[in-house]
Amino acid sequence: MSDATANGPVLAADGTPLKKSLQRSLRHKKFRALMLIAPLLAFVLVTFVAPIGAMLLRSVENQIVPDTLPRTVVALADWDATSGELPDEAAFAALAADLAEAFDNKTHVKLAIRLNYESPGMTSLFKKTGKAAARRFDPDQPYRQQFIDLRPEWGEVEIWQLLKTYSSRYTNGYFVNAIDMQKTPDGLVMKPDGQRVYMASMLRTLGLTLVITLLCLTIGYPIAFLLANLPMSKANLLMILVLLPFWTSLLVRTSAWKVLLQQQGVVNDVLVWLGVLADDSRLELINNQTGTIITMTHILLPFMILPLYSVMKGIPPYYVRAAKSLGATNWTAFWRVYFPQSIPGIGAGAILVFILSVGYYITPELVGGRSGKFISNWIADFVLKSPNWGLAAALGAILLALVMVLYVLYDKIVGIDNVKLG
Amino acid sequence: MKLNKLIIGASALAMIAGAASAEDMTIVSWGGAYQASQQNAYFDPYMAMHPDVNIITDESSGEAVAKLRAMAEAGNISWDVVDVVAADAMRLCDEGLAMEIDPDTQLAPAPDGTPASEDFGDLLVSECFIPQIVYSTTFGYRTDMVGDTPPSSVCDVFDTETYPGKRSLEKRPIGNMEWALICDGVADADVYDVLATPEGQAQAFAKLDTIKDDVIWWSAGADTPQLLADGEVVMGSTYNGRLFALIEEQHQPVAMLWDAQVYDLDGWIIPAGLSAERQQAALDFVYFATDTQRLADQAKYISYGPARASSAPLVGKHESLGIDMAPHMPTDPANAQHTFLFNYNWWADYRDDLDAKFQAWLAQ
Repeated sequence: MSDATANGPVLAADGTPLKKSLQRSLRHKKFRALMLIAPLLAFVLVTFVAPIGAMLLRSVENQIVPDTLPRTVVALADWDATSGELPDEAAFAALAADLAEAFDNKTHVKLAIRLNYESPGMTSLFKKTGKAAARRFDPDQPYRQQFIDLRPEWGEVEIWQLLKTYSSRYTNGYFVNAIDMQKTPDGLVMKPDGQRVYMASMLRTLGLTLVITLLCLTIGYPIAFLLANLPMSKANLLMILVLLPFWTSLLVRTSAWKVLLQQQGVVNDVLVWLGVLADDSRLELINNQTGTIITMTHILLPFMILPLYSVMKGIPPYYVRAAKSLGATNWTAFWRVYFPQSIPGIGAGAILVFILSVGYYITPELVGGRSGKFISNWIADFVLKSPNWGLAAALGAILLALVMVLYVLYDKIVGIDNVKLG
Repeated sequence: MKLNKLIIGASALAMIAGAASAEDMTIVSWGGAYQASQQNAYFDPYMAMHPDVNIITDESSGEAVAKLRAMAEAGNISWDVVDVVAADAMRLCDEGLAMEIDPDTQLAPAPDGTPASEDFGDLLVSECFIPQIVYSTTFGYRTDMVGDTPPSSVCDVFDTETYPGKRSLEKRPIGNMEWALICDGVADADVYDVLATPEGQAQAFAKLDTIKDDVIWWSAGADTPQLLADGEVVMGSTYNGRLFALIEEQHQPVAMLWDAQVYDLDGWIIPAGLSAERQQAALDFVYFATDTQRLADQAKYISYGPARASSAPLVGKHESLGIDMAPHMPTDPANAQHTFLFNYNWWADYRDDLDAKFQAWLAQ
């Protein structure tokens, strides 16, 4: 043996070096494995990664400004935005030509909508100016005066600063907006007080999600414990009670909570009947944060109970019995012996509930009112109601990043290996 | 064997022919009682007359602008006819997302020969818009929750001392901003001039601030009727047809507060960029659905006023309740003592601006 290693590489039966032969068979295996998952991989790429990637790309894309106003962008390139003076006559002339062309192609409204995201008021300004530009300004008169006569806003330097700020093909503007700041020639500044909404909403989403996760844990843990320790026949009945709402449509459950929680609803009626509340001081349990917390805790509870149950089911009962026989009290036996073994279940349940909850949107929309609005509701609004897909994409990207950061933190503190679904 | 093949071949042919002749047409509207009235007055009769057309309905009109933008971007327009409010029709027209219509050649004349452009008159507010109904956004209140002095003015909505309890308002600026200014002392005629300035907008928000915590904000037309029926709100705004159904069909203790009702128009647009055949089919449907008789027919099912002058005399009784519809129309003189003249053009220009500000205000 020893002289074989001294004389050269170990050979396989067919005479090739063993290392090479092993590598080849390993490659072969890897290739086969890849081929086996190829359909799934292709499916995930096409239906998940590509569309989400394309959507996220919108958070930085800004083609519309340079495409619609090519001449203006060139004319503004040399203008010093911090000078406090209006750009020269050439810029006004370029804008007149660009807008006339845009009006003919009906692209001036799209541009107006884009710029309106940055500064409310732009839609009307560009629509009005576009109409005038299409009727052609008088080329013999100075354009600047004609613009200002049409709408005095054109004499304000801020509008031109905005045009210049957003003249590049890619922009971080949507992200800046998403963190409640705005771009000015002097750098980033916070938005005025009344318009800072997204970061507050993001923090509220995380806060509410945390509360919901903790509530699910506090309510779910004893239930899972009961399920795992009751005799089979009783446990099965209890299990059905847990699963029945789980199988019921989300909308049905949310609507049911509306009926229960509203001011003339069942809960308030019972409290008034019992004399706990006066008829004119009924509790506000819905269309606010309370409604969101109660409803979402109920909806997400099975996601906590089920992993907890399956982990607890695997904890051998004799450990606790052994602890007790060695003199531990009930509490010590639970806390020192049983609880540590159930932590993987807590980890799995908490992650499931947290991640599901942070992206929830339909329940807060229905029962959350103003104060129970999640960041996902903003994203949905910007996709469907007042379309601003760039901002929706930026908010989505930030939410994704935040969740990933939390995941890494969780991994550091609890350890992701310490998570078990059963 | 031969026979078998023949049968298979023949049935395959029949299937191809069947697939080719049954044309699908997707019509988008608002759902609820309103879409039901369209189903009765337009869709069912049209399909009975054209067995080869299969109308598929969708209830996404509230998101029509966003979805049509997305479809245009993807280059795949899957809607054929879309029911939108006038201001949305203007936005879509400006963006080139809706097809321009020539009323006199593409819409039916009145029975007496009056061209469509005259029959619709001022209601043709955009080149792309085919008017259908006049509706109003107005308030209903619980008669059993307002004591002996029922509210008589829209400003009672802002009076939480005389009328304590929640009120429901729509989760969008339209209507709310105007009412806030009117009740803050601005004359009706000046409302849009004031609202065009940042100071005026701040004034409207300040007035809305006074009741912000007493409001349940609704986004679906069915919300306010439900909230009123449950006694959750003492008064709330919604479309007058929904209140009609609540009062006359469901007999809830609710009454109309017509004061400062805001008229609006609703009608059809045809998306731009359809294939020639689909465009032709859509035009054919719209020609049928907006003729004098059909518009009058819709008023049998819901209390919205037909958009044609020539349809008004044909409005009769409710189809199943048998009551006269005229006194329930927003345009009836008794209901129209104080109406607010809604400015579509203004909103088409300022909608995007104020939407953003309104949502931010709501989140504060």
